[in-house]
Amino acid sequence: MPAAELIKEAERQMVICNACRYCEGFCAVFPAMELRRTFAARDLTYLANLCFDCRDCYYACQYAPPHEFAVNVPKVFAELRVETYRDYSWPRVLSGLYRRSGLAGGLIGAVSVAVVLLLVLILRGPGLLFSTHVGPGAFYAVVPYAAMVLPALAITLYGLAVLLGGVIRFWRDTHGSAGEMLDARAFLRATADAFSLRYLGGGGAGCNYPDEGFSHARRWLHHLVFYGFLLDLAATTVAAIYDHFLGWPAPYPLLSAPVVLGTLGGVMLVIGTVGLLSLKWQSDPAPAERRMARMDVAFLLALLLTSLTGLLLLALRETPAMGTLLAIHLGTVAALFIALPYGKFAHLFYRYAALIRNAIEQARA
Amino acid sequence: MTDLTRVFDVVVIGGGNAALCAAMTARRGGASVLLLEAAPDSMRGGNSRHTRDIRYMHDRPSAFVTGSYGEEEFRDDLERVTGGKTNEELARLTIRESADLGDWMPEHGVRWQRPLKGTLHLGRTNLFFLGGGKAMVNAYYATARTLGVEVLYEADVARLNVRDGLFQSAIVAQGGASHEVRAKAVVVASGGFEANIPWLREYWGDAADNFVIRGTPYNRGGLLKDLLGHGARPVGDPREFHAVAVDARAPKFDGGIVTRLDSVPFGVVVNRDACRFYDEGEDFWPKRYAIWGGLIARQPGQIAYSIVDARGAGRFMPSVFPPLEAGSLADLAGALRLDPEALGATVEAFNRAVRPGSFDPSRLDDCRTEGLHPPKSHWALPVDQPPFWAYPLRPGITFTYLGVTVNRHAQVVLQDGRPAPNLFAAGEVMAGNILGRGYLAGFGLTIGTVFGRIAGREAARHASR
Repeated sequence: MPAAELIKEAERQMVICNACRYCEGFCAVFPAMELRRTFAARDLTYLANLCFDCRDCYYACQYAPPHEFAVNVPKVFAELRVETYRDYSWPRVLSGLYRRSGLAGGLIGAVSVAVVLLLVLILRGPGLLFSTHVGPGAFYAVVPYAAMVLPALAITLYGLAVLLGGVIRFWRDTHGSAGEMLDARAFLRATADAFSLRYLGGGGAGCNYPDEGFSHARRWLHHLVFYGFLLDLAATTVAAIYDHFLGWPAPYPLLSAPVVLGTLGGVMLVIGTVGLLSLKWQSDPAPAERRMARMDVAFLLALLLTSLTGLLLLALRETPAMGTLLAIHLGTVAALFIALPYGKFAHLFYRYAALIRNAIEQARA
Repeated sequence: MTDLTRVFDVVVIGGGNAALCAAMTARRGGASVLLLEAAPDSMRGGNSRHTRDIRYMHDRPSAFVTGSYGEEEFRDDLERVTGGKTNEELARLTIRESADLGDWMPEHGVRWQRPLKGTLHLGRTNLFFLGGGKAMVNAYYATARTLGVEVLYEADVARLNVRDGLFQSAIVAQGGASHEVRAKAVVVASGGFEANIPWLREYWGDAADNFVIRGTPYNRGGLLKDLLGHGARPVGDPREFHAVAVDARAPKFDGGIVTRLDSVPFGVVVNRDACRFYDEGEDFWPKRYAIWGGLIARQPGQIAYSIVDARGAGRFMPSVFPPLEAGSLADLAGALRLDPEALGATVEAFNRAVRPGSFDPSRLDDCRTEGLHPPKSHWALPVDQPPFWAYPLRPGITFTYLGVTVNRHAQVVLQDGRPAPNLFAAGEVMAGNILGRGYLAGFGLTIGTVFGRIAGREAARHASR
């Protein structure tokens, strides 16, 4: 459970908001708030995860600091979300990573790259690492197939299990039943809201991000990151099918589906993450929560490094640098996925669950 | 940095809706414009920061209003609330010139939203701003900046130099120094004087200390007093203000919308002596909510208590302060420091007078009292089911009616009937010309927008001569 003081502060602010309601048109949080008269910890956790941090309500708020009511909903909800991600994570030892996600991300990244490089150097020898490999199976000449696939699969499955376990407990704690989780209409509605980033739209006006001016920049950059990520997942999946079922091992020609999808996704990710980092750099710190901002930066950097090393590997795959780049790329991918259940990636799961809950609630109301 | 030694075409005094409309319009008319806002930028916008909707004339429904609102109906509504205390020429002008607000305001950055829940009674006549009044104010400041209006915050205008009805310059305290700002024309849009407690004391005595001011603490009326001193003809009753019932625990200033209480029709209201003093069920709350501030201002100690029982709880908009709760009326009286016997007697007499009926908050139902003075005409149910809740109430002053007389060009009219050629007024400082009494939701902004635009246009025209 989040700290009692934090819950009390969020409750204090929601009571003020519920007596005002001017922000009703911005997002889903305020209409959901209006369905309640009191705000227990579970209500606040749900509302916090329904908040997309567009910050429109902060700049529109006549009670924002320096007003004595000091209403700052984006900040208090970001604090609650950090607590949510941590509280529903597992195991306890690792969930502490949420506290220091910048440092942890950096360490995991550095260690992963070093481990992969070292393993290749020790097990395969420097001669192999620094020579040119071309043609089918070239990558596996450096890192064997099993060494590449099995740890990746294990890390991914572990991460998904931790996040799924967390979101199921989150669902139960916010009073959702198992049956509700399978509500097809709510599921569709939530999916449409998530895939369109509807609530970064601010009721049509856009976000107050990075500052008081309204802008759709964050929404579009986030789209680039998210759909770039999906394209890269698709590239990996297609490649896995080629390799596994068609017996056609990587590397693939420039105009093949995995390379086209992967390159497009990689470029989108680079533009999106650099754009979001630059917006974050300029953004007003007043409605921001520092721990969340560090978590955002760690995740964005991990995505950026993964995409950059992937693109670089593609560009130089027929040179002697390929072996080193492959090891570095695999290291960054490993770091990204190891940190997945203990960083900003978690927001996909908890926001999605909150959106489903919201779709159910609003359909009932 | 703004160069305060140059001569501006137009200087606008104030930083709320009317001032911004005047500044943007004057700038678009080709004038160089300086806007002087007394508040710091974090608290800019006067009482406009607490608004949420604007009334305007329109002949068809749209995505944001549910039906038409014609000139005659608008005029009738104004007549009803003012009881005729309005200037017919200026009222008609305001109504007619409001017809393009649905387009003009978005052109200047404002965005609309559907009527808020609980405000459906305004859904046909009024447009709601996405995010409320501060969002509107922010949009106007951004547009003004883009247009090239110069804005100075924490700029307190002490007085105007006026010679023979001709404005010369404004004396401005800013950044610890005093400046004389010269301009060819001035628009005064600095609001009423409701935040000036010593001035209120002139009419209300000690009672003024118990008033809660719902809006900005910067509406001290200094410029209003200055204009009257320069011979501007006053309009509106200086003693009168618009006030609603707010929670007595509200901040002294700037509590805005969240401190108002809608519990009155669902129980009884007693004063310091534990006596009822007005019909709590006279009419629908939105129609009656505007009179309760004035009623409480005239009660001993300027305090009252809204009391509901378990039946009434939860029927009204949640408010920002929790109710005082007790299991019995005697305990509640203890918590409120009221005489328990007196409160018991008042509630018992009320309960005895309640006649059975079918309770329906959506219409003027037949649940009423008989043989009781004052009566409760609708929604009267016995107050006898614990827990009992009480909210302490104070008068929450929204705005004052005293202002300066203007003509249809927004020029300030002097005692001898002459209009001051380059001295214009807009917003609450002149709203009393049109809304001399009463309250019409979203109409203060209509006056401010219409007269702000007229004042800006005329001031720019004057400066270009």
